[in-house]
Amino acid sequence: MTFLLQNLINALQWGSFYALIALGYSMVYGVLMLFNFAHGDVFMVGAYIGFFVSSGLLAVAALGFVALPTGVMLALILVLTLIIAMFLNTFVGMAVERIGYRPLRAAPRASAAITGLMIGIILETGNLALFGAQRRSFPTLIETATFQFAGVSVTNKKIMIVLVSLLLMLALHIFVRRTKWGMAMRAMAFDYVVVPLMGVPINLIALLTFGLGSALAAAAGILYGVAYPVLDPYMGILFGWKAFVAAILGGRGSVLGAGLAGFLLGFIEIFVAAIFPSTMRDLIAFSIILLILTVRPHGFFGEPYSARLRL
Amino acid sequence: MGAGLESSTTNRSSMRNRLSSYWEPYSQVPWLGWLVSALIATLLEQLIGTPLARVLGLTKPPALFGLVIMLKEPGLIPSALVYVLLIYLVPIGLVARFGASLANKVAARLLDYPVVLSALVHIALLYATLHLWSGVSDYRLLVVKLTLIAVIVTLSLNVVNGYMGEFSCSHPGFMALGAYGASVFTVLLFVQDSRFGPPLLPLPLVLQHVLFPISLIVGGLVAALGALLVAIPSFRTRGDYLAIISLAFMFIVKSLFENLEFVGGPRGLGNQPDLATLPWVFFWTMACIWIINNFVRSILGKALNAVRDGEMAADAMTVNTRHTKMVAFLFAAFWAGVSGGLFAHVLRYINPGTFGIRKLAEVLAMVYLGGLNSVAGSVVGAVGFNLLSEALRPLEIFKWIIIPVLLIVLMVFRPTGLIAFTELDVGELLKPKVKPEEEVEYAAATR
Repeated sequence: MTFLLQNLINALQWGSFYALIALGYSMVYGVLMLFNFAHGDVFMVGAYIGFFVSSGLLAVAALGFVALPTGVMLALILVLTLIIAMFLNTFVGMAVERIGYRPLRAAPRASAAITGLMIGIILETGNLALFGAQRRSFPTLIETATFQFAGVSVTNKKIMIVLVSLLLMLALHIFVRRTKWGMAMRAMAFDYVVVPLMGVPINLIALLTFGLGSALAAAAGILYGVAYPVLDPYMGILFGWKAFVAAILGGRGSVLGAGLAGFLLGFIEIFVAAIFPSTMRDLIAFSIILLILTVRPHGFFGEPYSARLRL
Repeated sequence: MGAGLESSTTNRSSMRNRLSSYWEPYSQVPWLGWLVSALIATLLEQLIGTPLARVLGLTKPPALFGLVIMLKEPGLIPSALVYVLLIYLVPIGLVARFGASLANKVAARLLDYPVVLSALVHIALLYATLHLWSGVSDYRLLVVKLTLIAVIVTLSLNVVNGYMGEFSCSHPGFMALGAYGASVFTVLLFVQDSRFGPPLLPLPLVLQHVLFPISLIVGGLVAALGALLVAIPSFRTRGDYLAIISLAFMFIVKSLFENLEFVGGPRGLGNQPDLATLPWVFFWTMACIWIINNFVRSILGKALNAVRDGEMAADAMTVNTRHTKMVAFLFAAFWAGVSGGLFAHVLRYINPGTFGIRKLAEVLAMVYLGGLNSVAGSVVGAVGFNLLSEALRPLEIFKWIIIPVLLIVLMVFRPTGLIAFTELDVGELLKPKVKPEEEVEYAAATR
């Protein structure tokens, strides 16, 4: 039981990264029907932006203009880092849309996927060229405190990560469901051709979709940096592709589905690694996903779609 | 201002006219002429390449048309240019220009016999050129082999992504299956190996070479078997599920080989016998081009295009859509497996990490660079990408900025690739550019 609970908590943390990244994929896929293969690297860029912002803020704080207790100061820096990095990463996402996707609106969808893939490679290599191959360690913004509940140890970091990601997901859900912009996004997901005729600015919505996804990816990057403070230019690749699979598993354009599938992927990976040798993680996790997709090819919350004639 | 604009347009058009008038004689050169002149250029390199390189201050003949040298040592750019000009451009240009009428006559005469003969002559000339060119250094040989293998895998992915219109991500996985399948076959049978023990079938080397195709076919069949696992769930519905399932499959295959200790796990599998000689690689590439070209021009290939353009309409027109997609996907996977087998025997070492996301990005880049739905495009894409990739190697990591930028620019201006949606008509390639009777008229007119 303890084993189960302990891994459940680890899985919640691990799954929140996947869920946050998967949301970005899922929104782009839902609204524009495109694969944003650069998203994993946008996550990496977000983590790096977070690293530089937080390092900068720490340096400013060290100058001692503002006198606050250390804990409060660090928490403030974390919040500021989250906000600033999410804001800045929005522009990275928008740039991806503007450079890689908008010129290809009329092209086959796969071509846009290729440009996305190439932008991802440029982001990785550009990072490598600019900042070198050494790994960066994310500054410590939270002093780890461990709580014990019935033999299960929970750190304050884990609680914070899960809470922040859940809050962000809730905020996104509300945005998509309750605001006019969110309605425009859902309308575009519903019908890509007619909606622009109704006065919905298609390019603006596309930018918004990419920007929102990238903001969430930046949040995921910073939370990842808090939990595992090692950043390298290729960290986004595997994360991104796995989150992509999770996004599809959730169903086309479903915010709830992508979040759930992200957590599910986290659960599968953590439990597989806990029970089997950890080298089997990908093998078993993807086999399970393959099975799920075989049974439910349209994902958890996606609309079934078939091109076969029903006579 | 209007006048200036006008004069600039006339200038441009006159320049284009002049350029096309320079090109005019070369448009009369048949493929036979180009192949013969390339062969002569490589012969020339064999004869005077090394002394010429010494005279020009190069230590040895430039490996890749001087491209690598130019980036590595900018001071040597003039000598490399002169070398390329003297060895390749001038001889090829002269021979092609002045041998054109002879080449046209020979090409026309060859077509009096069965087409196969003409095709064989062309292929033999191409092989001779490649053999001589790659004989100069081991590096060239490796580049040629890897490029030919890339042609196979690009063609096979084009069958799925171009002709079938689905988005498959599993080709690195199929390559891995083929590579491991073929490697286990040859290592088990022919080689004394620490992992697999003594050879089960200790044959003389000649017979090993003869039996090598069997191992490739085994690799291809293993890959096709893996493709069946992808095809069964993903072709039940349309949509993007092939992309996801094939992606998951790629990860599964990579992870599987990392966990299979008897093929070396993450350390990889080495000690493959040196069987992938240039003749075999060349033979398989030509076979692949020939078979895939016939496949996509067959009824099945046309049905595949129909499925891509409108699955419901194709279904209504009695195309068995599921069967068509399955056959094409397994067929493509077979060739990816063959290319994997060749790849393993060229490098003589493979590990699971080779067949990951980076490989996928490369193969996709080659397909979309060359052009969807086009055999010629795939050949151009694979050769172009490999040459570019090798030429930019001295730039180290900046190579991976330049290539993606080029590809993005290409996608923006030509979203389906360089030579997309064309049919490769081999008969057309073999024909003379000018028929002998027209030749006389042409000569009379130019005189």
